[in-house]
Amino acid sequence: MTTREPVGEPGLEARRLVRDYRIRSGLRTSTLHAVADVSFTIRPGRTIALVGESGSGKSTVARILSRLETTTSGGVLLDGVAAPMRGAALERYRSRVQLVFQDPFASLNPFHTILHHIERPLRIHNPRMSASEVRSRAHELLERVQLTPSSRYADRRPHELSGGQRQRVAIARALAPGATYIVADEPVSMLDVSIRLGVLNLLAELQRSEGLGVLYITHDLATARHFSDEILVMYRGEIVERGDADTVILNPQHAYTRTLLDAAADPDRLGRLREEVRRSQ
Amino acid sequence: MADPRLPAPPAEPLPTSAVATERIARASRVRTLLPSMSGKLLTGLVIVGVIVLFGLVAPAFVQDPRDSGNPALLPPGPDHLLGTTKLGYDVFAQLAWGTQGSLFVGLVAGVVSLLLAVVFGVLAGYFGGVLDEILTLLTNIMLVIPGLPLVMVIAAYVQHTEGLGPLARSSFLVALVLGITGWAGSAVVLRATARSLRTRDYVAASRVAGERPLRIIFVEILPNLVPLLAAQLIFGVIFAVLGEAGLSYLGLGPTGSITLGTMLNDAQTGQAVGSGAWWWFVPPGAVIALLGAGLSLINFAIDEIVNPKLRLAPQAARRQRKARRAGRGIADDGAFA
Repeated sequence: MTTREPVGEPGLEARRLVRDYRIRSGLRTSTLHAVADVSFTIRPGRTIALVGESGSGKSTVARILSRLETTTSGGVLLDGVAAPMRGAALERYRSRVQLVFQDPFASLNPFHTILHHIERPLRIHNPRMSASEVRSRAHELLERVQLTPSSRYADRRPHELSGGQRQRVAIARALAPGATYIVADEPVSMLDVSIRLGVLNLLAELQRSEGLGVLYITHDLATARHFSDEILVMYRGEIVERGDADTVILNPQHAYTRTLLDAAADPDRLGRLREEVRRSQ
Repeated sequence: MADPRLPAPPAEPLPTSAVATERIARASRVRTLLPSMSGKLLTGLVIVGVIVLFGLVAPAFVQDPRDSGNPALLPPGPDHLLGTTKLGYDVFAQLAWGTQGSLFVGLVAGVVSLLLAVVFGVLAGYFGGVLDEILTLLTNIMLVIPGLPLVMVIAAYVQHTEGLGPLARSSFLVALVLGITGWAGSAVVLRATARSLRTRDYVAASRVAGERPLRIIFVEILPNLVPLLAAQLIFGVIFAVLGEAGLSYLGLGPTGSITLGTMLNDAQTGQAVGSGAWWWFVPPGAVIALLGAGLSLINFAIDEIVNPKLRLAPQAARRQRKARRAGRGIADDGAFA
């Protein structure tokens, strides 16, 4: 790390992220700009929503922030220090920044118990912790994500849990290293509508009580408005609109944001339309 | 819950419902790891079990397999259950020791080739890139070299190496040679599976958690490959038992020990076929064939665990036949379920 800067203001910053993919079809190659010049900063205790349709590059941003993906140019800075891609520095970075995957049915290893999933990150990031301490911390974390009593879940395997319970396990796993920044990649899109709110409320509650910085990636504008302070609208790899959550929703500037808003079901609007139809008859 | 038809509750305190469900959950967890008892599996297990038991126990009760004091070429009778060979060896005693020897060769070679297949296949599949290219190149080279001639060359070479002493013609060395030459097919299968597993979210999740690559391979990926590994091991054992028989038949086998293959070789050099001494070559041939069949049946049963569609296929076919007979319009395109 030759580019070490003086420790700046606390925050997880994405600075001018660019990620291109080369697509080869036969002899021709073309370039796909998955992420084109995306910048934002997550502050502790704040939630930023990243909204956009499928394929807009949201998940690539999540994978770049969790260091699963390299960047073509631009970089990630944690408290003003460039995030590494390997080595002990990466381990330290990961103890601060964690990812919650979209699909809780795929992100837990079917072979291992719930306890294993929580204990491993605890062990990795606290090598000096004793086995019994690790265990009691793991149980604490399970209780923290409202899987109570934790003894009932600890020895189970993922397939014995519901989607919502699994996503709670995934959240506990992300908290285990002591993360202060959570990147949640569409954390509820694979869950039943009836349990989405519970998981989102849990995330919001954890965010408030632990002062987490959260990047909430979603395509649902309604929850984005409700759960976040700031909204970034992403379209084809670029951020086309950004601003205070209410401002973006109530006063959208970009045509794409308006299209997104119109696509969302709005009971009030439906009622108004019905009223108009009735009046015209 | 209180069903009047049920017998009186047992004297011990009834478990609370939570404990009971937990116990049931644990039992079902164990059961899901085991293959379901199908006819195939049961038949395979019985055949292989009997042969393994025979190879383990029988050598302790039979006479010396190299005792040439018996009359030569006796047909099966009360004194010699399976007759004797041209040199007066008791065939039953030879069969007992031969089965043990062949099983030993099969197991050692199977384990060696499985280990090599894991190293070449899983490492190549997980890491990708240049390492994958190199390992895949080696695997492909091993795959296109004809198996038996290579084994023959290596076997002939090591057996004439100075300084190996009694090891030179031992069944252990033959097993090693078979293991070193028989891993390529399994490695291809394991590589493909590892490539698909490495893109799973849970592997990415353990990378995010900070797991090291080797730990991801051995703790996160390999356990999910267990059914496949078992199938590959069984495949390796079959390959080695047959390979050993082939080698021995050609005179390149472990002449220092007795295996089913060396028995066949003795029978051939002793012109058993010409002299009509069927009791000399039929029993070892039959044991090899049965062992191969039994292991294959177990393998098919494991395949059904790995690919549940296979398990449902007969039922689905039956259901379709039934439906067709009943005249109800079910699609005739052969699609399952």
